[in-house]
Amino acid sequence: MNIKNISILLFTLLTLGFTSCKKDEVINSKEKGSFTIEFENEVNGTPLVLNTQNYINANGDSFNISVFKYYVSNIKLTKTDGTIYSLPESYILVDASKPSSFLNIFKDIPSGDYTKISFIIGVDKERNLAGAQTGALDPALGMFWTWNSGYIFVKLEGTSPQSTATNKALTFHIGGIVDPNNTIRTFSTDFSTGNPLRIRADKSPQIHFTANAGSLFTGKQNISFANLNFTMGGANSVLIADNYAVNLFEFEHIHN
Amino acid sequence: MRHLKIYLILITSIGLLYACSKTEVIKPQTEEIRFVVPTNFPDAVYKFEGNTLTNTGFSLGKKLFYDVRLSADKTISCGSCHQQFAGFANLDHKVSHGVNNCLGKRNAPVLFNLAWQKEFFWDGGAKNLEIVPINAITDVCEMGTDLNTIVSFLNTTSPYPQLFKDAFGTEIVNSQNLLKALAQFTATMVSANSKYDKVMRNPQQNSFTADEQQGYQLFKEKCASCHSEPLFTNLNYTSNGLDLNSIDEGRKVITGLSSDKGKFRIPTLRNIELSSPYMHDGRFNSLEKVLEHYNSGVQHSENLDPSLIKSSQLGIPLSSIQKQQLISFLKTLTDDEFIKNKIFNEN
Ligand code: HEC
Ligand code: HEC
Repeated sequence: MNIKNISILLFTLLTLGFTSCKKDEVINSKEKGSFTIEFENEVNGTPLVLNTQNYINANGDSFNISVFKYYVSNIKLTKTDGTIYSLPESYILVDASKPSSFLNIFKDIPSGDYTKISFIIGVDKERNLAGAQTGALDPALGMFWTWNSGYIFVKLEGTSPQSTATNKALTFHIGGIVDPNNTIRTFSTDFSTGNPLRIRADKSPQIHFTANAGSLFTGKQNISFANLNFTMGGANSVLIADNYAVNLFEFEHIHN
Repeated sequence: MRHLKIYLILITSIGLLYACSKTEVIKPQTEEIRFVVPTNFPDAVYKFEGNTLTNTGFSLGKKLFYDVRLSADKTISCGSCHQQFAGFANLDHKVSHGVNNCLGKRNAPVLFNLAWQKEFFWDGGAKNLEIVPINAITDVCEMGTDLNTIVSFLNTTSPYPQLFKDAFGTEIVNSQNLLKALAQFTATMVSANSKYDKVMRNPQQNSFTADEQQGYQLFKEKCASCHSEPLFTNLNYTSNGLDLNSIDEGRKVITGLSSDKGKFRIPTLRNIELSSPYMHDGRFNSLEKVLEHYNSGVQHSENLDPSLIKSSQLGIPLSSIQKQQLISFLKTLTDDEFIKNKIFNEN
């Protein structure tokens, strides 16, 4: 037996050992653990680089992005047995210009194997109507409308040669909670039962999502920047929200 | 005695406390600040939830309200556009006048009984009293600055950190506590001690003159469907026919509905004698002109309130005696105790 074979054998034994341990593991749901969600911003498969990188939207228009920010809130985890745990006060603002906002840790989660996650893309109705907020919902963060008060759920700004606006600007500020222009959308995804999110007191698993800025401009309807380059709420914002509801987020994998 | 203390109760202080810093003297609120729902009012909407009313919070809010240093060019405070003697409206200014002599597009409304409002601004765009000031702070034509600038100014300017600590238990100022302090001040402004209120609450001891009484009858017939008692607004949005085609889209800006074009919030008529000019753009400078509008000036705007269309006649026909009686009644809505209440004074 050479070294390589020995290590393969060892590895196999170890893995078997681990797996059998898991089988017998008693999960104490009174114990609390933590987990992290990481967002990787991209545009249709290529990493998002602000300002300097050119991208092509589904309509074939070229554009670049100077601002890309979005809210994720009201995170819920579902266990294998169907019970749902709603994370209290789960509001996060991801800002493509602030790498520290990509990694978000959540603590005090009851131990268990979770096979589904869901969250609001944006901010729930109640907080849109509430009094002065702080933390991720601080109106000083530039994601709050004051003239028609409420949060901007997703904000994308940039330029495109196809844009007919001043300075060829692209201004997509998506928000609004009143029908027919309600832009609250929910995202949910199942994890494989073979590799669920395993919350334990002594572990901190990580979920990876990609967030595709290009998803604003396709999905239900391709956007031509000559026709639509500015929206701050209203019917056109609904168009964009319906687009990104389809594939703004994609679940990549879990590191347990 | 059934004399009701329905506004802020004053408890005279024992000894005045002065907190001193090099540049300024801060007089703490020495009266006990309370918010009491007047007996002839409905329940308040703003309930100071998560923002317990305290003397320290209120006086901090007042100090912020009158501090011109919060604006971009350090010339404008909330109090510049919202003046107590005008019911906290802006006397003689058709539209608001902000930093760098910039003129806004709307008339600064009165500020009182705000705790009964669900929505704010002429178009109802702001949905919570606490967040209303952000608009004035950030509007390039009002205070022209932003929350971060104000927050860092407050964090580095004595005695603010101490005042925030007294009010909220932390000297680290953030936008939330800034806005909560302002709301403690604005929500506590209650005007409910006009002659009208006294007559309503205690008709044995107070009464209208004959003219006022006639005016009150007319008011109930012709105006109260929109300017409903006791707030003198039902808080709805409608068009009273100012223009055939409203330049300011009003409520439509918020809802996007063409059926809301040119509709504005029905304003309160309390302290109306003091808060000229009138309407969302301040077009009328006297009550006589307002009544003449209802009598002869109502335009068939696309969303004109149906109650202002009666057969062939638009508006509300009023004889000159009726106009005079209505004005006599409207003047009974002036609340001197509120206008002169030192609690709200810059002092
Ligand atoms: C430049 C003048 C100006 C300044 C300064 C100003 N306001 Fe106003 N305020 C206005 C105008 C004009 C409106 C109405 C806006 C609208 O309807 O679109 C208004 C509306 C309001 C309202 C809503 C009233 C209602 O009934 O809807 C409140 C509350 C208010 N202001 C508080 C404040 C506070 C607090 C500050 C200081 C942080 C402030 N304002 C500074 C002009 C001003
Ligand atoms: C159909 C509803 C309606 C009726 C009836 C009505 N009003 Fe009004 N009133 C309004 C609206 C809406 C405004 C604000 C319009 C604007 O600014 O565009 C207003 C504004 C006013 C104002 C100006 C207030 C301010 O702060 O600028 C006065 C004064 C007034 N009305 C008095 C009266 C009187 C007196 C009557 C009865 C003769 C009356 N109104 C009947 C809807 C009504």
